[in-house]
Amino acid sequence: MNININLLQPLLVAVFVAGAASLLGVFAILKRMALVGDALSHVALPGIALALIFNFNLFLGAICFLIVATFGIWFLKYQSNLPIETIVGVFFAASLALGTLITPEQELLEALLGNITSLTWQESIISILSSLVLVIILLWIHKKLTINMISEEMASSIGINNKRLDFIYLMIFALAVALGIRFVGALLMGSLVIIPAASAKNITKSLYSFMGLSVVFGIVSSAFGIYISFIYNLSPGPIFILISSIFFVISLLIRRLR
Amino acid sequence: MAILEVKNLNIELGGVQVLENINFEVNRGDVLAIIGPNGAGKTTLLKAILGLIDYKGEIKWQQNIKIGYVPQRMDIETDVPLTVKEFFYLRGKQTTDAAIEDILKAVQLDEKILKSGFGEISTGQRQRILIAWAMMENPDALLFDEPTADIDIAGQESIYKMLYNLQKNFNLTIILVSHDLNIVYRYAEKVLCINRQALCIGTPEEILDTEHLTKLYGGEKGFYHHEHKH
Repeated sequence: MNININLLQPLLVAVFVAGAASLLGVFAILKRMALVGDALSHVALPGIALALIFNFNLFLGAICFLIVATFGIWFLKYQSNLPIETIVGVFFAASLALGTLITPEQELLEALLGNITSLTWQESIISILSSLVLVIILLWIHKKLTINMISEEMASSIGINNKRLDFIYLMIFALAVALGIRFVGALLMGSLVIIPAASAKNITKSLYSFMGLSVVFGIVSSAFGIYISFIYNLSPGPIFILISSIFFVISLLIRRLR
Repeated sequence: MAILEVKNLNIELGGVQVLENINFEVNRGDVLAIIGPNGAGKTTLLKAILGLIDYKGEIKWQQNIKIGYVPQRMDIETDVPLTVKEFFYLRGKQTTDAAIEDILKAVQLDEKILKSGFGEISTGQRQRILIAWAMMENPDALLFDEPTADIDIAGQESIYKMLYNLQKNFNLTIILVSHDLNIVYRYAEKVLCINRQALCIGTPEEILDTEHLTKLYGGEKGFYHHEHKH
């Protein structure tokens, strides 16, 4: 295999972003926030659209909108007794609609489905570093997150600040979405986070094998995804999702057989 | 000396007064049972004592008191990828295999359980694990919300026996919410009955008589038989 530089750059970015997102997915599944990724990625779309229209960095556009949305979710969770899912559902679908309308038509497909090969070297390095930051933060708070998932009351009885923890978690989720959206696009971002972790959960019994295997699934799927899309000149995001879905089906079969 | 003092406690949740003017004290080594009908505010009171919700009034713990908390029930999936051993290690760096072994003995569980999944063990076993987890830091006080909800009668009995032993061996103060008057009668030293307000406080012998219970649960006949005479 003749690895050329055009392949290496997106491959590296995809592996790092997918690895970080898959680790995040473990906690999204444990906290039963599987759909937050979907919702958040839709919010990023108007940000990307504005960045395209006014010609500034796409990552910056996405992250600004995501941070505002994340504050919104967090605020709703703690400050209002309205059913959060309804509000989130309506608000985020509206974002997707708005984003779709204002995104320039020739860029729409890329915004919705991602295109990692369009990243500059500078963006690639930022993506890789941000992925590393995400992994470090997750490893730093993973015990607290797990206790918080088991019981918020129990968590605060040992001095865990649940509100702050939730906030940190949502913020790194927003960061992951901003990173992944260039890879798999606004439509499929939620799956980048969830599918590898869902597959790993099917066949693991311990937390650390769950975390490890999820990252392995994410990395392997993304590497294959980039390679196959490169050979056949296809969009890498959907290929990644399909490959990780195949892993999911295999993991289901293994689970059944045991 | 009182380990916990609660004075003029008032709690509103969503504009509704849930607890009104609650006053009581807990001494070191006490076993206090909080009883009352459904919706009386028992869990709310426990959460306030833990500092989880806003309240008006005073809740004063003695200084430098360590509190362990055992949650009521949790909706954990049976296949959650988390072993019992990992669950113990979530507590932090100070957890060691030796400490886990010791605490498992105290709650009368075999070490084999460490390899089991946290979601697949029985409710009774999980309750013991949660108690052990709360005991890891040698707390001065343990707070329980319905420690034996969802456990069969024999299992309940053995959990209370175990709690009783823990309390004696570790000089623990125990505050528990319970609806099981039989158990309360046998194991609690002090009973606080609430139904939005504090209705009575005293020893089980003083409190658990027909007069007090009628007041608390709203009349024996009406409660058990739903006989209405018009």
